[in-house]
Amino acid sequence: MNETSPSGAGIQTQKPRLGPRGGDAPGQALKEKLSVRDVSFFYGEAKALKNVTLPVYERKVTALIGPSGCGKSTLLRILNRMYDLYPKQRAEGEVLFDGNNVLDPKQDLNLLRARIGMVFQKPTPFPMSIYDNIAFGIRLYERLPKSEMDDRVESALKRAALWEEVRGKLNQSGLGLSGGQQQRLCIARTIAVRPEIVLLDEPTSALDPIATAKVEELIYQLKNDYTIVIVTHNMQQAARVADYTAFMYLGELVEFGETRQVFTKPTKSRTEDYITGRFG
Amino acid sequence: MELAIYRRRRLTNGVVMTLAWVAALSGILILAVILATLFYEGFSGISLKIFTQITPPEGEDGGLLNAIVGSLIMTVLGTAIGTPIGILAGTYLAEFGRGTRLAMAVRFINDILLSAPSILIGLFIYDLMVTRMHHASAWAGSVALSMLVVPVVVRTTENMLQLVPDSLREAAAAIGSPRWVVIMKVAYRAARAGMITGVLLAVARITGETAPLVFTASNDQFMSTDMSQPMANLPVVIFNFANSAYPASRQLAWTAALLITLAVLALNIGARTLSTPTSKQS
Amino acid sequence: MFRGATQSAAVLVLVLLGGVIVSLIHGSGPSIRAFGFGFLTTQTWNPVTEKFGALGAIYGTVVTSLIAMLIGIPVSLGIAVFITELCPPWLKRPIGTAIELLAGIPSIIYGIWGLFVLAPFLQAQVQPVLIALFKPIPGLSTIFAGPPYGIGTFTAGIILSMMVLPYITSVTRDVFQTVPAVLKESAYGLGCTTWEVVRHVMLPYTRVGVIGGIMLGLGRALGETMAVTFVIGNAHRIAGSILAPGTTISAAIANEFAEAEGGLYTSALIESGLILFVITFLVLSAARLLLQRAEQKAQR
Repeated sequence: MNETSPSGAGIQTQKPRLGPRGGDAPGQALKEKLSVRDVSFFYGEAKALKNVTLPVYERKVTALIGPSGCGKSTLLRILNRMYDLYPKQRAEGEVLFDGNNVLDPKQDLNLLRARIGMVFQKPTPFPMSIYDNIAFGIRLYERLPKSEMDDRVESALKRAALWEEVRGKLNQSGLGLSGGQQQRLCIARTIAVRPEIVLLDEPTSALDPIATAKVEELIYQLKNDYTIVIVTHNMQQAARVADYTAFMYLGELVEFGETRQVFTKPTKSRTEDYITGRFG
Repeated sequence: MELAIYRRRRLTNGVVMTLAWVAALSGILILAVILATLFYEGFSGISLKIFTQITPPEGEDGGLLNAIVGSLIMTVLGTAIGTPIGILAGTYLAEFGRGTRLAMAVRFINDILLSAPSILIGLFIYDLMVTRMHHASAWAGSVALSMLVVPVVVRTTENMLQLVPDSLREAAAAIGSPRWVVIMKVAYRAARAGMITGVLLAVARITGETAPLVFTASNDQFMSTDMSQPMANLPVVIFNFANSAYPASRQLAWTAALLITLAVLALNIGARTLSTPTSKQS
Repeated sequence: MFRGATQSAAVLVLVLLGGVIVSLIHGSGPSIRAFGFGFLTTQTWNPVTEKFGALGAIYGTVVTSLIAMLIGIPVSLGIAVFITELCPPWLKRPIGTAIELLAGIPSIIYGIWGLFVLAPFLQAQVQPVLIALFKPIPGLSTIFAGPPYGIGTFTAGIILSMMVLPYITSVTRDVFQTVPAVLKESAYGLGCTTWEVVRHVMLPYTRVGVIGGIMLGLGRALGETMAVTFVIGNAHRIAGSILAPGTTISAAIANEFAEAEGGLYTSALIESGLILFVITFLVLSAARLLLQRAEQKAQR
């Protein structure tokens, strides 16, 4: 699996350009990393997702937008089978991940989640030191000598643009950091495991604008190595960070396309209503 | 990624989770075995005689009538003494004493009393009443039991009153009701089911209590309703007869044990049924 | 008026505990004067010569509680993990009810059951195995020296472990349920197994509350009377083997207080009661303070 994992060492020095960006360098082939095919989801009897089909392209940022309750978070939680923790929740259809069906009951969830990381709405540092928050995930999969582990922790923190702020206090509790720092710590923790896909569930909704900007910058950098799916209620954010955008409404996928196209020339009137209503 | 590490983790998880299953099953198994033993040993002793004859001297045939009556009298009396004190003290904690030092101290001490060894309560009542009257008595037994009722009732009363929203109290006060009317007519009424649950749990607790009765109420061979004299009761019958060399006496102990357990289970289940609608809120 | 009545009742709760303390100290007077500090360090217990030392009973109290904790803590945590993480929803209620009923069963019922069911079972099935198993190991061979009496310190510890089970389980389950779902999800999201989530996230997060629950169970075990009285054998001496008969403070009081006709014998029993009170008071206070802290954390 190592050869497919991006190396964690490369640190981006290039200043990211913010703003909606749809087009890609011509000639670059798009690869479907995840293929959501005809997926429906049930909370008990209630159908929360209705036959959603959607591609997730490799090393691109895909945003899921729509009003609350539209099923965007539900869809995200299907991709790493997080719903499996709860009884009475079930999914139908298939989600192909490099050809394997994620929804297969025989799928090994621990290994799946090692390859598909997730960052949550609220920062969730574990009750342990900053260093251990990162090292914890690495230790689940690799036995490393101390020096190598130190390097991995450092590089993860650097990639999450947190290193400069915490380098002197790695042994302090992760709970002592500010909200924005905690969220970047959680992102560092997720990428330290070297997943292929990172799922972000409204990662900035609990943060102030400055911390939000930092996290967005980070997302932009990460897409060089990772495939990213982000759920957001903030449409400007989707326009700023996403290459592709899916608009969902009442459990259905209304429209999917390149972000610029979805925002400027939506093909469905419902998408347009939603977008213009918010942009006002 | 090293798959060997992952295999070990999965194995560890499998082992620990299996142990958790075993733990849960053994918890249920213990309960089942205890209940099964009680029914098996106790049920054969149940007959009309149990409810019509008094406890015999060790080794002879007889019933449990005086012990049943004694247990009922002392349980009712213990509850009757302890409940008002518990409700009043709980009311103070939830209504008048909010945030005061006295309330904090009382809450803390009450929680200690809730788990304190009941045999020490027996020693205290022995010193307080038995040595003064020069012999054990049903009064002493009842007071000892009431001391076990108080902390349970204080705790549940306070908890239940805390669930009553302040807006309800304010609404009642706004139409000019004095504080005691607000509490008696509004807060108590809203918290009633939970408070009754607390009393039932307290009764369940004292129904089987033995340690505080052994040297306060002691035992009595005869049918007696004289509160100033020693009084027979089911727990002490078990205590005295369980180790007997005579099968007839051991049988009486098992039957008494079954009766007590049935009473305790009925009270517990009753309390749970009552509390189901309110416990959802907490 | 009403306010006054409630306040008096509240003060009465304090007075009750104060009364217990005063009465115990007062009753201990003769014994304290006669034996002084030696009461705590000698294990002679002779009603005929009126020489008393509580060491045997203190030892028994501590050792039975220790055994109860060694078995009770892992089993309780296991049940709590089962209820919060593994249990199918339809089983949650029955298991919760069973655990609560276990707490509701009176002490004397555990006693009679322990005497007639558990002790013979341990004597026939478990103790011979333990004796044989540890015979070749120095140290352990003394602790588990035969013969298998059935009745004794070990059996008392086992029955206590069953009795503390519901207390530790229900506190642990409650504090486990205060762990935010999203925190558990983020650990599962890294690919953690259930055990790793429990071990590295839930237990550290709920540590204070879990310890509080354990202390609460310990407080119960230390003061438990009737169940222990039936199965411990009531011998006031410290045996090297935990399979041998022993006694605890509360069992000694329950067994002997009625026969002790006043004087030094009674006073010695009351003094051991005072010692028990001090120990349980400290343990239960610690439990309460820890649980209060856990509660404040949960509300934040």
